[in-house]
Amino acid sequence: MNIPKLIPVGDPSAETFTINLGPQHPATHGVLRVKLEMDGEFIVNAQPVPGYIHRMHEKMGENRTYAQYLPNTSRIDYLSAMTYTHAFVGAVEKAAKIEVPLRAEYIRVITSELNRISSHLVGWGAWIMDLGGFTPILYAFDDREKILDLLEAITGSRLTYCYYRFGGVCDDVDQDFIDGSKAFVPYMRKRMKMYKKLVTGNIIFRKRVEGIGPISAEMCRKYGACGPVLRGSGVNYDVRKAEPYSIYNQFDFDIPVYNECDSLARYLVRMDEIEQSLRIIEQACAKIPEGPFQGKVPRVLKLPVGDTCFATECGRGRLLIRITSDGKEEAYRIRLRTPCFTNLSLFEEASQGMMLADAISLMASLDLVIPDIDR
Amino acid sequence: MSSSIEQLAKEFEPLAVKEMVQLPPALVPKPAPAPKPAAAPAAPSVVGLDLASSRSVAVPAGPSAAPAAPAPAPKPAAAKPAPAPVAPPPPLPKPVQIWKFEDKGLHLEVTVEPAHVVAAAEIMDRAGYAIDAVTGMDWPTQGLLEVIYDFLHFQTGERVAYRARIARNDPKIATISKVFPGADWHERETHDFFGIDFIGHRDLSPFMLPDDATYHPLLKDFKA
Repeated sequence: MNIPKLIPVGDPSAETFTINLGPQHPATHGVLRVKLEMDGEFIVNAQPVPGYIHRMHEKMGENRTYAQYLPNTSRIDYLSAMTYTHAFVGAVEKAAKIEVPLRAEYIRVITSELNRISSHLVGWGAWIMDLGGFTPILYAFDDREKILDLLEAITGSRLTYCYYRFGGVCDDVDQDFIDGSKAFVPYMRKRMKMYKKLVTGNIIFRKRVEGIGPISAEMCRKYGACGPVLRGSGVNYDVRKAEPYSIYNQFDFDIPVYNECDSLARYLVRMDEIEQSLRIIEQACAKIPEGPFQGKVPRVLKLPVGDTCFATECGRGRLLIRITSDGKEEAYRIRLRTPCFTNLSLFEEASQGMMLADAISLMASLDLVIPDIDR
Repeated sequence: MSSSIEQLAKEFEPLAVKEMVQLPPALVPKPAPAPKPAAAPAAPSVVGLDLASSRSVAVPAGPSAAPAAPAPAPKPAAAKPAPAPVAPPPPLPKPVQIWKFEDKGLHLEVTVEPAHVVAAAEIMDRAGYAIDAVTGMDWPTQGLLEVIYDFLHFQTGERVAYRARIARNDPKIATISKVFPGADWHERETHDFFGIDFIGHRDLSPFMLPDDATYHPLLKDFKA
């Protein structure tokens, strides 16, 4: 789809000036710096400068065993840590051909989807706060707290979970968790109705997002954009459907897709995804079988020689982990291809000619988590 | 799925390397040879563990024994009794290799001549693929650096990767960021971590690393 630029770039011969957005700025959602070349209120060029909290997770993967590396993966995108550990345990299980009991898969799906909702809630609240509305983030954190309480009861942590293990999960869930998750579904549905009234239909919000920050499907392809950004551009791609992992092919859920390519489309995708996650949780809680929660795993885990790729759909999009093993206890190389990295890489092109305040809206619609970019 | 992948494999054929180098074991994605290479003596105990006893609970999606297997793969059961003391080198992988997705997370893997990476990217572009990632890999004992390009298709879900191997002492390769602008950042990061010089890249200044960084941390001989 070819989208015309809504606002023309100013006369290039005119005098421009350079300003910094960040690295310490609330609207960058973390330690991200954007070098802005401005022509008045219009952006001539916006160059993100990441790397302020680079920790070299990929190198750490070469120096520790697979089990030791597992907690690292939840620190990459701290808002959807479950899905990140899921990608890593999935990659190792695929390479070592470890079987996971069905109950563990159900637990993984429930916790991953709960985590996805909490991740979207933060993105949602923070976005609207960027646009000047303070109330929604308080509501979002209130609801998110319910999820965190549920997850804390079974994992022991509130943010950087290390709950999944190779071959299963580290501890079984109790009936309280299942009941709590079941009860959360109708509660969240009621809240979503309220959110719609509060924000989605709000005229000020609509003016700030409708038609703002167009990202075409072609641009997504060229940059490898993923997640809600991609689905807001009319591309029906979700790793859970395209490369079904775990037991996602056993659930009935839809991929929300919007063709408008603007910030509002990305917003609506996220809101609809919360509903789809609720559907998955509902089905999983109804069907979760009894049985073991941990499969058999060798005491010393060594992967067979070669490459293995494994992708999961995280809150922000496609996370690909490529493990190269040379048969030792540590990986020879671990490659983390993270969603925010590719989503932010198109910001420079997408933001050209926008007004600065709109670029903030565009950046918030990418739902960035900076440690995910820097790794 | 398979027809388009086979067609792509044909298109890649002229770009692929004529001869595969004898590569380190980790590089050889072996199609399960009967004798295990000596480098992985513990592999059988890992792979073969409890797989023979059939479990009622099957894990992920897809049939585990799909029909369209290109390589004959008599997997763990056959490998178990034969940990040869001096294993013969595993057979060289094919330059154009079609994989079963369930095994590798890939449908097609190609090793191309370093001179042809841009042409390969153009093939991917024409076929409607999206860029997934670009990354590097260091093989100091072989004196090689490897650049790996990952692609995916939004509509079919197919995954293709191609690799190019370049000399470690003169790591230069053309940029594909003119074809896929998304490669810009990936290549810049790869330059950071491996010191690979992407010819034609607009800006290879440090990206993730500090501005004054002169080191490349993902090289195996890097000392902090």
